[in-house]
Amino acid sequence: MANLAIIEAINLALKSEMARDPNVVVLGEDIGRNGGVFRATVGLLDEFGGERVIDTPLAETLVAAMAIGLSTQGIRPVAEIQFSGFFYPCVDQIVNHATRMRNRTRGRLSCPLVIRAPNGGGIHAPEHHSESLETTFAQMPGLRVVCPSSPARAYGLLLAAIRDPDPVIFLEPTRCYRLFKQPVDDNGEALPLDECFIEREGTDITLVSWGAMMHDTRLAADQLAEEGINAEVIDVATLKPLDMDTILASVAKTGRCVIIQEAPRAGGWASEIAANLAEHGLMSLFAPVMRVSGYDTIMPLARSERVYIPDTERVLKEVRKVFEVAPKS
Amino acid sequence: MTTQTVARFEVCLTRMLDAEGQAIGALPDFAGDVEQLRKMYRLMVTTRAFDKKAVALQRTGQLGTYAACLGQEAIGTAIGFALKPEDIFVPAYREYAAQFARGVPMKNILLYWGGDERGMNYEAEPARHDFPLSVPIATHIPHAIGVAYAIKLKREPRVVLASCGDGATSKGDFYEAISSAKVWNLPIVFVVSNNQWAISMPRARQTGAQTIAQKAFAGGMPGEQVDGNDILATRFVLERAIERARAGEGPSLVEAITYRLHDHTTADDARRYRSEEEVKAAWERCPLKRFKAWLENSSYWSATDEEALQAEATAQAEQTAQEFLASPPDAPEAIFEHLYANLPKALAWQREEVRARGPVGEHG
Repeated sequence: MANLAIIEAINLALKSEMARDPNVVVLGEDIGRNGGVFRATVGLLDEFGGERVIDTPLAETLVAAMAIGLSTQGIRPVAEIQFSGFFYPCVDQIVNHATRMRNRTRGRLSCPLVIRAPNGGGIHAPEHHSESLETTFAQMPGLRVVCPSSPARAYGLLLAAIRDPDPVIFLEPTRCYRLFKQPVDDNGEALPLDECFIEREGTDITLVSWGAMMHDTRLAADQLAEEGINAEVIDVATLKPLDMDTILASVAKTGRCVIIQEAPRAGGWASEIAANLAEHGLMSLFAPVMRVSGYDTIMPLARSERVYIPDTERVLKEVRKVFEVAPKS
Repeated sequence: MTTQTVARFEVCLTRMLDAEGQAIGALPDFAGDVEQLRKMYRLMVTTRAFDKKAVALQRTGQLGTYAACLGQEAIGTAIGFALKPEDIFVPAYREYAAQFARGVPMKNILLYWGGDERGMNYEAEPARHDFPLSVPIATHIPHAIGVAYAIKLKREPRVVLASCGDGATSKGDFYEAISSAKVWNLPIVFVVSNNQWAISMPRARQTGAQTIAQKAFAGGMPGEQVDGNDILATRFVLERAIERARAGEGPSLVEAITYRLHDHTTADDARRYRSEEEVKAAWERCPLKRFKAWLENSSYWSATDEEALQAEATAQAEQTAQEFLASPPDAPEAIFEHLYANLPKALAWQREEVRARGPVGEHG
C-alpha cells in the first residue's frame, strides 16, 4: 500500500480506472506531455497513448462540450479544468446540456462524465486561480458535486465519479494536494457517492465541512479534544445530492453544529445545510447552528488570501460561541 | 523587408437550379433517380404543411412558442437524404425535415414545442442515436467534436453533421468547434443555414466577413457556399462533404444560403425590422417552387401528383395535430424519472410529494 498525497491518489485513480476500463479517456489543457499543471495526469500519456490522453486546444467551453459529446457515445471522459476561475466558460455547457441531456431525452442519451478542477485558494496563485465553486454547481439539478478531502477518499470517490452514470463535478482541494500523505490501497474499490463520512466520532458538537476546509476542521477538533470537548467531524464529500440523514443523526446526538466552508457566505452550501437543520433538527439543537465561511467579497489576490480563507482560529471562534450559548453540562 | 503570400483562399458558391427551376449545367447522379426525387419533394411539401399547422396551433392557443422552418425546407431535406443511417445528426432547431427523414415522428416536434420532454425521445432508428434539437444558440456545435472523436476512437466509418444558423456563427462555441475540428481531423460537416436574420439582426450585422463559409479557413478546413434553396445543389454539396469526412479527409463547413420566410418564432413579429418587399422578393426564391418547376419541366411530376400530395400533406399534418392534442401530459412525478439514472435518496421525498399531490396545472 503506497503512501500518497491527494494529487498522487488522483493520478493513481485515473491510471487504475483507465487500465480497467478502455472507455475511460482524459482530456484537458496540458494534460498529456506536461502531465497537467498540478501533475494529476502525469504518466498517463506514456501508458495509454495520445488517443485516450487528449491534449485539447486552449478552450474551456470546448473541453466541457467535448466531454458531453464523448459521454453520449459510451466513452467515459474525465476532463480537467486547470484552475477554478477558468471553470466558468463550462457552466453554460454543464447547466444547459450535461445536467439535462438524460431528462430532456427521457433517458435516450446521457452524460456519464467527470470534470475535475482544483478548488479554493491558499497557494499564492495569480488572480482567478483560487475561487471556491462548489455552490455554483451544487445548485444545478441533475449534477453530482464531489469535494474530496483526503488521499484515500480522493482515490475512492474519483473511481466512483468515473463509474457513475451521471455527470459529476469533482472539485479537488488545491492547497491540500501535497499537504499530507496517507496509505492508499490501489484496490479498484470505489467509495460510495451521495454519502457523508463520519471521520471522527464525538458527542459534544458536530463539525461539518468538505474539501480543503476539512484540514482546519480536523485541527480545530484536535484542539477541542485537548480542552475536553469531543467533536464529531463529518466530511460531506458529496455535496450534491446532500446526505442530510448523516448530519441530522449526528446533530441529534451532539445538539450543536458548526458548518465550515471556504466559499462566500451568502447562499453557500453551509446555508443549505443550516436550513435543513432548522427544518428537521431544530428540536435537538441546544444552540444556533453557526457558519464559518469566506466573506462575501471577491477572492483576494495572494497577499490577502489568508484574510479571506477561514482558518482554525475562526472555526474555534464559532465553536466557542456555541458553547457560550449551550455550555457542556 | 520581404513580404510573401503564405496562404490563399477562395469561396465558391454552388447552384444547380435557377430561380425558374431550369437546370444550370450538369446534374449529379441522384438527379436521375426519379423515385428519390419524388421522395425529396414529398418531404419538403409535408414539412411545409406540418410547419403551417404548427403555426396555426400556436395562433389558436394549442401549442407553445414554435420556430417555423418556412423557406428552409430544402436544407433539412438535403441533410436528411445526404446522411447515412449510421451517421449522427446534431441539430439546432429548424431542421425538422432532416429529423422527419431520420424517423422523428411529426408528433414529437409538436410535443416538444407543446412543452413535453417526451418529444425528444426519438424511438425509431436512425433518429434514436441523433441529438435532440437544441435551443441555446451554438452551444450544441462543439458536442460534435466529442461525438466525432468517439467515432474515431472506435474506428467507425460514421460522420457527424452539426447544423446551426447564421447568428450562431457569432458565438464562441461555434469558433471553438471550428478551430479544433481539424486538429484531430474529425469526420464532421458543419452546416450553417444562413437565413439572413437572427431574430431582428441581419446577417451583415453579425459579422463583417464577406461570407460565413470563409470562417472554415480559420479552422483549416474547406468552406463553401451553396444555394440552400436549391435542393439538388444542397444535397450534392452536403454529400460531397459527408463522404470526404467518411473517407478520413476531415471536417468541412457548408454555408447554405436561404431565407427565413416566417417570423423568428411565433413570439416574434418580423414586420418590426424588415420590409415586406424583401420578404416578397424572397418568396420568389422559394425552394419548393423551384424544385417543383424543375420536376415538372423534367416530367417527373404532374398537376395530379401535386394535388394528391397537397391533400395528403394537409391530412397528415391535421392527423398529427389531433394525435398531439389527444395525448395526455406525462405523469407529474415524471419530472424526477430521468433526472439521474437512479433518483438519489435525498430527492425521494420530493418525488413522493409530487406523486401524492397528483395532477396540477395542465395535468388537471
